[in-house]
Amino acid sequence: MIDPMDFLLWTKGPMFDWAIAIFALGMLARLVEIFMLGRKPNYAEPRGGEWGPGFRTIFTRSVADAGTFQRAPFNVVIGTVWHVGFFIALLLFIPHIELIYSVLGIRWPGLPNPVVDAVTAITILAMIGALIHRLRNPVMKHISTFEDYLVWTVTFLPLITGYIAYHRMIDPYPLALGLHILAAEIFLIVLPFTKLTHMFTVFIARWYNGAIFGRKGVAS
Amino acid sequence: MSELSLERGLAAFREEIDAPVAAFFSSCIRCGLCATACPFYVETGDPKYTPILKLEPMRRVWASEFTLWGRLKGLVGLAPKVTDEMLAEWEELLYDSCSMCGRCSLVCPVGNDLQYMIRKSREAMVASGHAPEGLIGAASRAIRTGSPMGLQWKTLDVQIKHVESSTGLEVPVDKPGVEYMVLLSSMEIINFPEYLEAIAKIFDHAGVTWTLSTDCYEATNAGIQIGSKDIAAELVQRVVDAAVKLKVKKVISPECGHAYTAIRWEGPNLIGKSYPFRVFHIIEVLDELRAAGRIKTEGKETDRLSLHDPCNLARKSGVIDQQRNLMDLVADNFVDLKEHGKYQWCCGAGGGVSSNERAEHLKMAAFKRKKAQIEEVGPDRMVTMCATCRTQLEEGLEEFNMDIPVVGLTEMIAEHLVEKEQRA
Repeated sequence: MIDPMDFLLWTKGPMFDWAIAIFALGMLARLVEIFMLGRKPNYAEPRGGEWGPGFRTIFTRSVADAGTFQRAPFNVVIGTVWHVGFFIALLLFIPHIELIYSVLGIRWPGLPNPVVDAVTAITILAMIGALIHRLRNPVMKHISTFEDYLVWTVTFLPLITGYIAYHRMIDPYPLALGLHILAAEIFLIVLPFTKLTHMFTVFIARWYNGAIFGRKGVAS
Repeated sequence: MSELSLERGLAAFREEIDAPVAAFFSSCIRCGLCATACPFYVETGDPKYTPILKLEPMRRVWASEFTLWGRLKGLVGLAPKVTDEMLAEWEELLYDSCSMCGRCSLVCPVGNDLQYMIRKSREAMVASGHAPEGLIGAASRAIRTGSPMGLQWKTLDVQIKHVESSTGLEVPVDKPGVEYMVLLSSMEIINFPEYLEAIAKIFDHAGVTWTLSTDCYEATNAGIQIGSKDIAAELVQRVVDAAVKLKVKKVISPECGHAYTAIRWEGPNLIGKSYPFRVFHIIEVLDELRAAGRIKTEGKETDRLSLHDPCNLARKSGVIDQQRNLMDLVADNFVDLKEHGKYQWCCGAGGGVSSNERAEHLKMAAFKRKKAQIEEVGPDRMVTMCATCRTQLEEGLEEFNMDIPVVGLTEMIAEHLVEKEQRA
């Protein structure tokens, strides 16, 4: 039986370094793989710019158009709720801010713990809703692969273990916290090799989309 | 197009994968929202028509050969491969059930331009020998005769004579140094001869100099629809050669959506350089003439009119306000469909679907989305500016026993021109 404190120290020490290294190198490799491909020159006379519309689409594509919202309201609402919730829990929980400060040396104000706690609970419920939707919606069920369920699991685990640790639902506390940190590390390790890359590449994809449409004079 | 093989298809996929494609596949979260933007899925309810799924062959090539993880998986035999059987199965998905309308590209929350990738995937389908018979026929007729429908100049010549005798105006042919070279589409020549008469009247009215070319009058590009850069480039080169020979600085693409995107956006890249002339859709030209006060109209249509934006013209080329400005000129009771402009729904016939006889049932299924849109606003007539859309609207509305005539915008403008002597 491993000592809970040793386990916690392992997750905070060597395991943390490994996770960060795999995440950083893996994600860097993917970005290089994308940009190395480049684009062929475009000789057609442009109707509009690329840079402006590209950056515009990075923001505007966060909100669904009215028609899509009407046709897939659950998809849009649940997706938005858990993404926003996930980032609030990740970036505005004070212990997380302290951790980021210790690694990167930058900090920002956080939210009171009870607020983050409530947001986390909502996010957990929304993610369960998203999973049920994926299993039941004919399109999502049809296009889903093993990877989709794997990614759901590794995204869900940091949330649920964080919630458990915060509420001291597992004893002893070092074990609960260690499990939460390990879950976050698994998330980081899996990230560069799965669709979780979208956390970074979404900005590139949206930029290209906005640029391709923008060149033709269409705000996308 | 000899020796088509899986190997050539895979090579085409590799050649087509660029930074945007890699960014798009890296970003797909399989949320399925693209399905809700696709008329082929929405109207059939069959999840196999989900747009992102149509790109699975290309995604597999990207994942297994363009990512570190995919290459590692390939070493131990875990990366799923693209096979001939797979491409045969995907032929229906990439051609019959996709009009390349680009609506999914505008709706995808991570910003994937799916239509961009469908276009690219079709290159690999042609190279591997998995393109539909109907499109192969159209492409080879276009190369052989200059027209995807096998039309010859003498057919157009008969029509020119007819227009000249009914209007008393000259239809200029092979006149060098004029302002515009006018291109037509075979579909228009056969189904909508009133278009040629309309531009003859409008250009005479506005004092525009123009010409047709006997070397090249066909604007459509079957090479782009099927997905063959070689064929597409040859067809574009014919337009370029004709325009250069006649020393024109402006070329007009007709009331045809894909012809416009082909010559306007893809053409220069197919031949690898910019044109020595500019390209306009006829609607852009008419709106410019309107803005310059060179089109004087009288009277207005009083019945309830609505507008179908061709995907290639609106969403894929940014021509959205021009047709509305022109409608205002001649229509008193114009009402837009609810989702219009860049968010309009495809008629179901574009992207080669209408040249692919096998896709007939899917083409009509997809039309039901347009039908529902039309029913929402209940117009007396529909107006559009693409011969393929117009044919599809006419056939579709007839199929569903809806008594709504469809008219071309150019001819509607021509009908309202102030007579010359009145203007003087």
